[in-house]
Amino acid sequence: MTGYVARRLALAVPVLLGIVFVVFTLVRMIPGDPCRAALGERATDEICDAYMERRGLNRPIHVQFVTYLGELARFDLGNSFRQGRPITDMLVEKLPVTIELSLSALLFAVAIGIPLGIVSAYWHNSSADVFTMIIANVGVSMPVFWLGLMLQYTFAVLLKDSPLQLPPSGRLTAGIIIPPLYETWGWQVSGLIKTALTFFSNMHVFNALISGNWTALRDALRHMILPAVALGTIPMSIIARMTRSSLLEVMGLEYIRTARAKGLGEVAVIARHGLRNAMLPVVTVIGLQFGILLAGAVLTETIFNLSGLGRTLYDAITGRDYRVVEGFTLVVALIFVSVNLVVDVSYAYLDPRIRLE
Amino acid sequence: MEERPDDFTAGRTPVAPGSDPITNLVGPDEVLLRPPSSLWRDAARHIFRKRSAIVGMIILGMLVVVSIIHPLLATHDPNVPMLDIPEEVAAGVKKRTPPCIHLLGCPAEQPQHLLGLDGNVRDFYSRMVYGSKWSLIIGFTTVSFAIVIGTFLGAISGFFGGWVDNVVMRLMDVLLAFPSLILAIAIVTVLGPGLINALLAIGIVSIPIYARIVRASVLSVKEADYVEADRVLGVSTTRLLFHRILPNALTPLIVQGTLGIATAILDAAALSFLGLGAQPPMPEWGSMLGAERNQVFSAPHLVFFPGIAIMLTVLSFNLLGDGLRDALDPRLNR
Repeated sequence: MTGYVARRLALAVPVLLGIVFVVFTLVRMIPGDPCRAALGERATDEICDAYMERRGLNRPIHVQFVTYLGELARFDLGNSFRQGRPITDMLVEKLPVTIELSLSALLFAVAIGIPLGIVSAYWHNSSADVFTMIIANVGVSMPVFWLGLMLQYTFAVLLKDSPLQLPPSGRLTAGIIIPPLYETWGWQVSGLIKTALTFFSNMHVFNALISGNWTALRDALRHMILPAVALGTIPMSIIARMTRSSLLEVMGLEYIRTARAKGLGEVAVIARHGLRNAMLPVVTVIGLQFGILLAGAVLTETIFNLSGLGRTLYDAITGRDYRVVEGFTLVVALIFVSVNLVVDVSYAYLDPRIRLE
Repeated sequence: MEERPDDFTAGRTPVAPGSDPITNLVGPDEVLLRPPSSLWRDAARHIFRKRSAIVGMIILGMLVVVSIIHPLLATHDPNVPMLDIPEEVAAGVKKRTPPCIHLLGCPAEQPQHLLGLDGNVRDFYSRMVYGSKWSLIIGFTTVSFAIVIGTFLGAISGFFGGWVDNVVMRLMDVLLAFPSLILAIAIVTVLGPGLINALLAIGIVSIPIYARIVRASVLSVKEADYVEADRVLGVSTTRLLFHRILPNALTPLIVQGTLGIATAILDAAALSFLGLGAQPPMPEWGSMLGAERNQVFSAPHLVFFPGIAIMLTVLSFNLLGDGLRDALDPRLNR
């Protein structure tokens, strides 16, 4: 097991280097120079030369690449050209938003998708099955941005002044603030601990829960529902379909008949014998949804006005903020590659029949 | 499962009729060319038995018809604002007017617009009808591009192996390490916004899937006896590749291609929505939706209809792709 994980990690290194190279090259091929994009009309040749000089952008490209690699090795992602702040600071601020959004979307997808799949497989070919599969097929075909806009319209306009009304954008209602955890607790912190605490504080639901701020928790949750449903619908549909087909396959096997023959109740047959074995491919599929979630986050965050990873990345690409694009894409790819690795390993761990070679 | 010696798609060596090499006068070409017809006939039979696949084919069929005869269906020019038309101005047209259908009780003095007017006072229904053409063009061009490049890369990778294989496949790994839409956004930014560039970006991003499929099929038959036999007979490499090895990849490519069209249409719509794909005034559904997204609270019809259209298109390809996968899988028990 350890050997397998080590080998997979070693294999990930060239891929990550490739990612760094691809991102670095792509970003520098973006037409237009960062100085004029950042300074706009104020940009004169003189100012821009100084600007490029200061950021090392006038050096040969291979020198820039080596310098960049050196900085990466020190976990330095550089500064944003436009905002002048370190990219790690921006990550601490934006990444929690996306993590919170993705996790709630995934939670929605799993909580709805798996039961739907079970119902569908157990009452195979019934009207419930047909209905569920219609939902799943339609759900996987819907554009995320359209679903988001329609949810906004439904819950903020059509259901206005009803108990079901939900806020269509933002993370918190104006006036409600969630202070960082170290302020709530009155700690004097600095350096890495402060960064870590800020990171977790920016996950509003988590923060409000820990500090017992129930008004803020309720508000943060209400803001989270619509984006999570919009982002989670495609994964939900995929998970429902996978659960259905996997459970159908398992329920046709001999040991299920044996379990029934020895007098086990239906719930026990499904839960203990059926589901347990059917869950393996579902676990893989759940892991694979992260790519969809991260890509969908760009669209969802744009629509729901959430300043997360996706939205910032999109702004940085259109604004030619090289370092932000490099840093954020790198982090996205890193998350994606590690999740895939974890999925592969957990799959092998869950299924003892798979030998790790 | 019935015994099916003629099935060569699973990578098994086809059994020539007659085991006696002297009486068996059938050449390798005939042996390979005869069997596929039964696979396709089987597939056709199975797919017409599947309800969801039929629904997919019906939706797709309607879409194809609409996209072919769109000039006949459109009631107005998709790019002409109603303010340029005197009768409409006389009736007092306003931008973002909701749908007005006379049959459904819309007052007769108001001009009829089946899906209302958009932000530039253009007939939304006509724009929707014209948009059907684009969604199909987008789907087919991107996937064809990705299949051609992916097949080439996968074929040389699997066929030659060694360092070629290593370089190509590591490159594909890198492409797969990005969430596809994010990579597509980055590529479009480099190439510049526009429909063609968006299609190119989505095409590039989808290459790895096809390369992997083709490589796997090539690897699975490269060492098969009938390929070995051809090699001994001195068949050229190109012929070997195109007549012996690649036909094996056809089935998975068709299935993945159909499902890939669905994804490509969704991604293209997303890029257009973000303003990176089709540019106004082109009546493309994604950009129509993106242009009016801030008006969702006041004019929901301008967001609702393009989304429904995109969804139905994507749904039809998804249903058809699923149906094809089941129908073309010879291992599946039916």
